[in-house]
Amino acid sequence: MSMPFYVPPEQLTKDRAEFARKGIARGRPMVVLEYVDGVLLMGENPSGSLHKTSEIYDKVAFAGVGRFNEFEMLRVAGIRYADLKGYSYERDDVTAKGLANAYAQTLGQIFTHEMKPYEIEVMVAEIGNDPEATNIYRIQFDGTLQDVSGFGAMGAEEDALSERLESELSGLPDLNAAVRLVADTIEAALETETADDGWEAAVLDRRLGRRKFRRLSTDEVVAARA
Amino acid sequence: MSRDKPMLPLASIVPNSSFLALLETQGLTPTWEIGGGTSVLELPEGTTVLAVRYADGVVMAGDRRATAGNVIAHRRVKKVYAADEFSAVAISGTAGMAIELIRLFQTELEHYEKIEGTRLSLEGKANYLARMVRGNLALAFQGLVVVPLFCGFDEAEGMGRLYTFDVVGGRYEEQDYAATGSGGAEAKSFLKSAYQADMDEEQSMALAVEALVAAAEEDAATGGPDLRRGIYPNVVIVNRDGISEVGDDRIAAIAATVVGGRP
Repeated sequence: MSMPFYVPPEQLTKDRAEFARKGIARGRPMVVLEYVDGVLLMGENPSGSLHKTSEIYDKVAFAGVGRFNEFEMLRVAGIRYADLKGYSYERDDVTAKGLANAYAQTLGQIFTHEMKPYEIEVMVAEIGNDPEATNIYRIQFDGTLQDVSGFGAMGAEEDALSERLESELSGLPDLNAAVRLVADTIEAALETETADDGWEAAVLDRRLGRRKFRRLSTDEVVAARA
Repeated sequence: MSRDKPMLPLASIVPNSSFLALLETQGLTPTWEIGGGTSVLELPEGTTVLAVRYADGVVMAGDRRATAGNVIAHRRVKKVYAADEFSAVAISGTAGMAIELIRLFQTELEHYEKIEGTRLSLEGKANYLARMVRGNLALAFQGLVVVPLFCGFDEAEGMGRLYTFDVVGGRYEEQDYAATGSGGAEAKSFLKSAYQADMDEEQSMALAVEALVAAAEEDAATGGPDLRRGIYPNVVIVNRDGISEVGDDRIAAIAATVVGGRP
């Protein structure tokens, strides 16, 4: 019988984390930003159909970076979790906090138990009737759960993005300003220029009816940046 | 190595976009089981609902009464619901089961839409509803009948469409109007005589409300507009712009005219 080599847990965790970080840093970034009427989720995405943002429930939305198949699994699981909870109890009982916790548990388990950790990061955003009720959570590949306030960036060059957003942001922008800011920041940080239809943007807008999630069309993004 | 875990990814992904399948895996499917030969108590039943096609889409309306035997069980029951952005569903039959069925149907449509990123086709929604009705067949023979009425705006065809169902899950597309429930026959015969092609929204709402009034005049289980208590039929409109519930004030005005004009 062959014995596996002994690897100290510190080393194992470090290796896994490094592996996951590398994978995530290769992915295009995604920014989640609070604006006057809600939350904007925006990033580069050349595909018009493989989305990185999604509606989860009435007031809750999702954004992911990294390997598509891995965060897609979390997205679908999140919708199932939310619909099941909302159906069993009441629609208002579905909260971002519960979902973020479930994601954190899942990613934490995968990080320690699976052959390879997931190379993804996700954010869960939730809005309420006023800006104070907004919640944004960020869940990392190892299950680390953070409460984000104002804005959050994940994926390639996330530090540069965060720094720039921090310095440019004063108060809550309106939607056009928010779109402009995110697009300019990503282009500057990555030193690229993105085609007009290369953006994916969606909002949770508290002025909408029961379902607050809405995707922005290419025309809207272009108009906002003009 | 154990070989008893055929974990093919597709095996678990296929039913993922169905909410009902998810409920089944969790053992949470709503069920009503009664032993064979048991007689059923008199439960509240919803009565007349109808739908009419007009120039831009469909109008759907339902009275507000639920009866249990000879007793008026509820005066303000809601029987017409938005199924999703572009379709509506109305119920007749055992109210408690029907309302749960609708809640499940609504969740199913939204669940599919969120996971797949696209809405089911109108035909697909109707087929799915038929399957849900079929699931209750055993109970239907014991007296717990649920028969929905479904309508919506077909985004692909650019027109309104209506569907009726029977207890075995038969699904029938209707041309211009449809009605079901205890006063359904009465409502249908009124609609047959008064229906005109290409009515506008206002005309079709008046027609729908008057058909309910006609049904209420002949069928004790159907409640007409109650002007004194301010209880009016539920009416929804589905067209190119989506679904909208018509406010009570608008229906009140129509009801007053219609009731006043009756022979």
